[in-house]
Amino acid sequence: MTNTLHRFGAPETQRDDYIIFAMPAKGINEAGAIGKLQTFLRLALKHGPVNVGQGSRGGMYRPSSNLTPLAHWSRPEGADAETVLKAMDEPSVVAAVFDDVAKVEALLKDVKEADLGLSVNISGLADEANACCKRAGITRHSIEYSLGFHGDLNQLPDRHVLELSTMCGHGMLSHNFARKMIDMVRENRRTPQQAAATMARFCTCGIFNLARAIRVLEQARKGE
Amino acid sequence: MECSVEIDDRKCVACANCVPVCPMGAIYIDPVVNRATVNLDECVECFTCYRGMSKEHMNPTLVRAVRRVAKWLRFRFDPEPDVCPTDALTPQELTWPRTVRRAFSDPLVPHESTGIHGRGTEEVKTNDVTNRVKEGEAGFTIEFGRPGVGVRFGDVQTMTTALAPLPVEFEDKNPVTSLMTDRVTGALQSDILNEKVMSAILELKTRLEHVPAVLERVEAVAQQLDTIVSIGVSTRCDAKGDDQVARILEREGYEFFRGKTNLGLGRRPEPAAV
Repeated sequence: MTNTLHRFGAPETQRDDYIIFAMPAKGINEAGAIGKLQTFLRLALKHGPVNVGQGSRGGMYRPSSNLTPLAHWSRPEGADAETVLKAMDEPSVVAAVFDDVAKVEALLKDVKEADLGLSVNISGLADEANACCKRAGITRHSIEYSLGFHGDLNQLPDRHVLELSTMCGHGMLSHNFARKMIDMVRENRRTPQQAAATMARFCTCGIFNLARAIRVLEQARKGE
Repeated sequence: MECSVEIDDRKCVACANCVPVCPMGAIYIDPVVNRATVNLDECVECFTCYRGMSKEHMNPTLVRAVRRVAKWLRFRFDPEPDVCPTDALTPQELTWPRTVRRAFSDPLVPHESTGIHGRGTEEVKTNDVTNRVKEGEAGFTIEFGRPGVGVRFGDVQTMTTALAPLPVEFEDKNPVTSLMTDRVTGALQSDILNEKVMSAILELKTRLEHVPAVLERVEAVAQQLDTIVSIGVSTRCDAKGDDQVARILEREGYEFFRGKTNLGLGRRPEPAAV
């Protein structure tokens, strides 16, 4: 589906937001794909992604089914890329999120060199992605453009909430919860880092960009 | 087992943590019983409350007593906001047509029609392998209900019936297409029209020259719907990596800067040697 395509925000607010994902085509090149997807993820981890995940198995930040009351005073953020690697038992989409286009370019060079035979896509500013491909010696094959939101736009919340909630394209991060996290940061009841990690746990694909979320929360705190 | 989520009123302590977590705003604290309650007509069975919240397993009686004392003293407890303290969210059995809500709302449930997780197909993401959208063609992903608004299939049908007379080809493997009873008219199954889902994606393709007409129709119909419509347009690039769709969109006055770029690194497996 299009879960990374329609992130809200002006172009200048998306310069720290790139998702690179790899996948086989269903029924065509799935054989042996799990090992290739693991290779892709290991290559991505070399370049310092802010989040990684597999669509059907979860991301680095996950909810816990067995918290103790001590979590209210001291809770580990739970970022663990190894969990994503170990849980990979089916050939579905694997994604890595970056906050720096230079890291994307470095990863593209590695992925091209590895020649995995999987489909690899960049979701982000299209011109930046194309330029990045060219620098890595890659000619893009296809492109899908987002034309944004249409229809009854009165049903949408404010821009800070939208910038946060649309980072989960499946809609698992509700507008109301994003608003609550902004309020908790503004009231100094949570740090932007804590609030971003809390929101990331709702994104089952691991494509929530924590670096961008922290920046948005800082801006929202100051009313910018 | 297909399940719905209910809130166990023997365990719920009305902490209200689940209220803002619900993407559809379908959970509220009922003042009569002082328990979290789900508006089942608005609930889309996305399982965000059940799966997304962390769980403690505290004694409900103890938690209620502590909360009563704290409330009487006007103390404000500042708990973790994504935790159900008593594990009160409980899966229940789900039946047709309600099952369609979960299929279009919970990304961890694969569609029977596509075999993949999510609400659409692989569309342009694997175009380097499938060649689904060819040169000279444009693919459309028209998503209803996103972001965070939801949609009933009656609104989806308003769009499918408006687009069906145009020179478009509905994607065979798309979940919405699988619910059509007549692809010529775009009509959907009548028993699902009032079902609400998180989002539904209509996928179709057409020749590049028809892109303006399709966009005009989508924009016009979107104004009649009680939801949001997100539009994506894709195409195959030429040997230099250039594309025709960008020129058409510029001419039509669209602002676009975000996209999904397929790098062309995928390939079909080599045929086995005889």
